This record gives sequence, structure tokens and C-alpha cells, in this order.
Amino acid sequence: MLAKEIEREGIPTVFVTSLPTISAMIGVNRTLRGPAITHPFGLEEEERRQIVERALEMLETDVEPTTVWEVAT
Amino acid sequence: MVRAIHYLNQFFAGLGGEEAAGTEPTRVDGPVGPGKGLAAALEGIEIVATIACGDDYFGEQEGAALGRLFALIEGDRPDLLVAGPAFGSGRYGYACARVVAEAGKRGIPGLAAMHEENPGVAAAAGRVLIVPTAVNVAGMRDALPRIASLASAVASGRELGPPAEEGYLPRGLRRNRHHGATGAERAVDLLLAKLAGETRSEVGGAFDRVEPPARVGDLSHALMALVTEAGCVPQGNPDRLPSVRAQAWLRYSLAGEKRLEAGEYESVHGGFDVARANEDPNRLVPLDTVKGLVDQGRIGRLHEFFYTTTGNGTPVASSTKFGREIARELRDAGVEAVLLSGT
Repeated sequence: MLAKEIEREGIPTVFVTSLPTISAMIGVNRTLRGPAITHPFGLEEEERRQIVERALEMLETDVEPTTVWEVAT
Repeated sequence: MVRAIHYLNQFFAGLGGEEAAGTEPTRVDGPVGPGKGLAAALEGIEIVATIACGDDYFGEQEGAALGRLFALIEGDRPDLLVAGPAFGSGRYGYACARVVAEAGKRGIPGLAAMHEENPGVAAAAGRVLIVPTAVNVAGMRDALPRIASLASAVASGRELGPPAEEGYLPRGLRRNRHHGATGAERAVDLLLAKLAGETRSEVGGAFDRVEPPARVGDLSHALMALVTEAGCVPQGNPDRLPSVRAQAWLRYSLAGEKRLEAGEYESVHGGFDVARANEDPNRLVPLDTVKGLVDQGRIGRLHEFFYTTTGNGTPVASSTKFGREIARELRDAGVEAVLLSGT
């Protein structure tokens, strides 16, 4: 819900969550699947860098409504 | 006797709390926990087995979870599947909806029970019968007889009446039928009821949609903000952010911070095991990585505050309100991109 309201203001927002199905269902447009509920941005720095880099790519991309991306391409 | 299977999460199956949320699918003969109360309310229906799965396991490996759960009951020859009640628990409600939907695909009729704002209701997408319940377990006693009543109706195989009569949430289906009153008369009745304080509708609602904003043109010059629904706050939770059903969101300064140090920040989210997040809060709010990318010039600047709330059990209306308020602040601050984390 936060993601939708921020995007409604015109600010592109990536929601990183390990439950992307729910996220897309409620209408979040840019969802990135995180590795786990307990640590959406990964355990180690290298993993976190990959997740953040992928999120940045998603911010730099025009998407269709309720798009979900994986970290690994 | 109708043979029913009951689905529970790890908590209601007595397998443990958040620390057991990774529990793999399992099966027990007969009713367990709330299933015992449900069994007492059921007439002509026997709970032959209970299946359970940890909420995190289900959320993270849904396909495997469904496959294994249904493999466990292959020998039970079920006529009916009942899931929950999940009340306001989002992961549990989601699992209940998906388990019942899968049962339907396999020719087993079923029903779930949860609060009407549980994300499981959206997950059901109108394809699952859902008995509405209170938002928390205090509503168990009220919920069980209503679940039993709808279970009997489903097991009988008869055509169900409208949601309000049979006690399930509207599925967005419309059925033609003859009505004694004209549309004009019914509209006036609805209006009079509304003036008297009761809002009714003949049609179901739907989630609204937002057009995706255009991409960020040049991130290396953009102002980015960090927002989280994972309940990340300074150690000791000085502003007392509730761990469930948040009534507010908070804003904390990141001035001078290079990373969120363990022992200085923690998560108070009541919907998942926060041990790993508290070992390193950057796992929830990735300040360390983002700062590094700002230094490298990949990201222009980082907004001086981060925003936080807890996203579990929060009613849709509150969550929308928080979102609007945070969004306005971000817009006024000139923020051009947001990284939001949730669980």
C-alpha cells in the first residue's frame, strides 16, 4: 500500500519483498523478489549489492502495471 | 459421513511460533488445535486429518508446499477442505486462500476463513469461499460455528445463496435473478439506509490501480529515499512503534550514518522472526550498500531521512493513509526514486 501511494505521487518505487504474489495482487507496479521474509535485502553485503543494483535497474525501466522481477536474470 | 481435511499454519498446529515459520508441510490424523472446536461444531462432517505448513515456507516455496501438502492427503479421499481461520495474519491468510484454490483445482470443494482485509482475500481473487472473521484470535469462538455452517452448505453440494445470507465474503460474481422491487426503489432503500448510518451495496468492491510512473531518467543525479514496512527503528524503539496494527509511521534522520549498526537499530515487527534483521539491520534497510553507491556516483544523493512503519495487521485504510502522508513528504523534499522494503 505504501508503494502504491508513493507511485501515485509520481515517484517510481521498487518494493523489495519475498511475497511478490501478494504485492502484485494489491497493485504494486514495481516488485522485486527478495530472498526471505526475515532479510529482504539478503544476509551478506555482496548479495545485498546485487539486490540493490537490480532494484536500481527496475527504477530505470518503464514497466507495465504489477511487474515482478527476480534478482537473477 | 463427509471426510474433511483441515489446513492450519505452524502456530495453530502447535508446532511453534515465528521461529517455526519455516516448518515443512506435515500431516496429523484427526483435528488439531482450533480443529477440535471446529469438529465439535460440524454436523455430518468428520475432520479425518490436519495438514500444516510454516507461513514462511509456504510464502517462499508455494509450489513445493502445495505439492507436498496434497501428496500428504492422497490416501485420505477427502470430500472437503477447510483452511484457517487465519484472522488478520497475512501470510497465513494467503496460504489458506491458495490451499483452498488448489483443492478446487483438484476437485475438492473447500472454504477458508479470515478477516476481510487479510491479503488472502485478494489472493483468492473471487475463486475461494471465505468466511469473514474478527481480526485476531479473540474471534475464534464466533468464527467456528459460522465456518461449520458454510462447510455444511458446501458439502451438501447445493447451489449457494448470496454472500450475506450464507455467511461468506462477496466473490465479485453477479447472478441474474428476479427482484420484486425496481432498481429505483432499491436505490432509494439503500440511500435511506445510508442516511440511517448503514452502508450497503448490491455490488462488490475492487482494489484500485495506480499507473506506473515513468522510469528515473538519470539516477546518478537523482535524490533517493529509503522506506520500510519492516518496523526498523532506533534501538529501544524510543517512539514506541507498535509491532502489529501500526497507528502511525515514523521518520528518522540518517545524517552521518554510513550503515545501520546492530545494537543501534532493531526491528519491532511482530510478524516475522527479527533475529537475522537485528544481527544486521541493513538486511531490512540497505543503507550500507546505498551509501556505497552514492559514493561511487551510481546514485545522486540520499534523502536525509528514512521512513518506517510495521506492515502487519495494518488495515488497508491506515496503510493507504500512511502511504499518502509519506508520499507527500517525499514529493515536497524533491525525492525522485524510492527503495521500499517489506517482508
